[in-house]
Amino acid sequence: MIDLLAVQTSMPDLITFLIAGCAVILGALGVILMKNPVHSALSMVMTLFAVAVLFIEQDAQFLAAVQVIVYAGAIVVLFLFVIMLLGVDKQENLAKDQLRGQRPLAFLAVLVIFVEILALSNGNWTSGAKATVLSTSSPGSNIVQLAQSIFTTYLLPFEATSVLLIIAVVGAVVLVRRSDLKPGRDPGEAIDLDSESGIK
Amino acid sequence: MGSDPLFSHGITLAVFLIVIVKVIVAFAVLLVSVLLMIWFERKLISDMQNRIGPNRAGPFGILQTLADGTKLFFKEDLIPDSADRTVFKLAPFLSVVPAFLVFSIVPIGGMVHIFGHTTELQVADPPMGILFMLVMSSISVYGVTLAGWSSGSKYPLLGSVRATAQMISYEAAMGLAIASVVLITGSLSTRDIVTSQVGTFLGFIPKWNLIRLGIVPFLVFLVAITAEMNRPPFDLAEAESELVGGFHTEYSSLRFALFYLAEFMNTVTMSAIIVTLFFGGASGPVLFGPSWIWPILWFLIKTGAFLFFYVWVRAALPRLRYDQLMTLGWKILIPVALAWFLIIAAMQVSSYLGFGVFILVLISGGLLSRASGVGDLSDPFRLGRSRSAGTKGVE
Repeated sequence: MIDLLAVQTSMPDLITFLIAGCAVILGALGVILMKNPVHSALSMVMTLFAVAVLFIEQDAQFLAAVQVIVYAGAIVVLFLFVIMLLGVDKQENLAKDQLRGQRPLAFLAVLVIFVEILALSNGNWTSGAKATVLSTSSPGSNIVQLAQSIFTTYLLPFEATSVLLIIAVVGAVVLVRRSDLKPGRDPGEAIDLDSESGIK
Repeated sequence: MGSDPLFSHGITLAVFLIVIVKVIVAFAVLLVSVLLMIWFERKLISDMQNRIGPNRAGPFGILQTLADGTKLFFKEDLIPDSADRTVFKLAPFLSVVPAFLVFSIVPIGGMVHIFGHTTELQVADPPMGILFMLVMSSISVYGVTLAGWSSGSKYPLLGSVRATAQMISYEAAMGLAIASVVLITGSLSTRDIVTSQVGTFLGFIPKWNLIRLGIVPFLVFLVAITAEMNRPPFDLAEAESELVGGFHTEYSSLRFALFYLAEFMNTVTMSAIIVTLFFGGASGPVLFGPSWIWPILWFLIKTGAFLFFYVWVRAALPRLRYDQLMTLGWKILIPVALAWFLIIAAMQVSSYLGFGVFILVLISGGLLSRASGVGDLSDPFRLGRSRSAGTKGVE
């Protein structure tokens, strides 16, 4: 049993943490339990949004904003976009696995990650108490501190990640275009998924 | 919560009440301004089209919106059989709530003193400031997307797919334009953005971001924000001639009213955001009388000018074709905003570097546009070039 009173948590922090934490878990359950893919995607938005609330509760406002803009605002919207375009928004047959032995392996993976998290947490429980690593004395300070650590200490991983992302984008474009490169046809047409002809 | 001096002495009951009052006042002001805006838009377009427009309810028909709202309130609320009921009911709120929330970060005046407390005339001044607007605009994408999908009908779905693509595309250009403003301000807070624009060059030119940043980020932002709001000439999501009513075809009664409300609320809020970012917000000279009232007046005048501009654009410009929309967004706005952002960043270091980067950008931009326009000399920006086989016959 976690003794919540033992940690230094103010009442508003605790309430925010409990509500947002419940929303995170409910959303995560919704992603795997909902039958309709669009509902699953929406549950994921709920989880991402609640994580953003947890960030704000920790005074990490910039992270919260980026969380919503990037994940909820761009990535899940793209998921929805694909679901709508491809018309897979119907109930899937969940009786048979797509890959053989998919479910036992998934359970195993979950178990491994869970044990790993328990080991890493090492008895430190989240309770909504404010983190004391970063000082939040002056406004905007967490943005400055983030920027300094990204562009000094972690410059190489940061740049490497951006290169990786560009490779992924280029790869996706190459994969999409290759199948439609026939002579006498405008090569630009193949990637033009946004145009109206793509929808029809 | 931010740098509002209201919270500097701890949170007491009086502080709590002031916050509540501010929220209620902002809510009421926004609702009333939407009522007036709808009337203003209809009346002004009528004038531009040589019609009379609404003139029955109240003086000059000013109560027309109220009458329409009451009518919508009592209409039958239809939900199509094939609709996804939960999402169908949720979608209007995902549109209208972000539209309300964005207004909370707009500074509508200077500092005021009430009951011994000093406070900013804005609901919230969070450190993430202007990012909050981007957050809300990315949430409001869901309102349109889900409305179209959950209706279970093809025209709304087409409208919402168009709208989603459009809003995601223009968000990038909008973000880059905002980044230029943030770069020169050195802060994300909307209050800091306004205070950094106080003052004049040479005694008479206002030190607005419009002038400090060159006019380019403002133009990019203006176009991007118009597309983001789905206002004409970017209202492809509800192109009546092609899609019946677009994403809200199946909506009726109060749910339709919510979409309508969100659209006009966005118009008012985004005009206010433009004024805040590029036109000095609530700053301006105090001419006579009480000094606290002048910032509010300047703010209202500047915002009103943009509301007029939006109505004018709606009356004057034809709707863009879909491929033109995408070309404008991806091939013109984003490169221009990015290049200008680089120039401003270099200018922050030194003016020599700034002009160096400017020349570099000009040369490389010219080369790039020439390279992409090879074999297509008639139209260097490829605006008129039809990209899909279906519309090739139109040209």
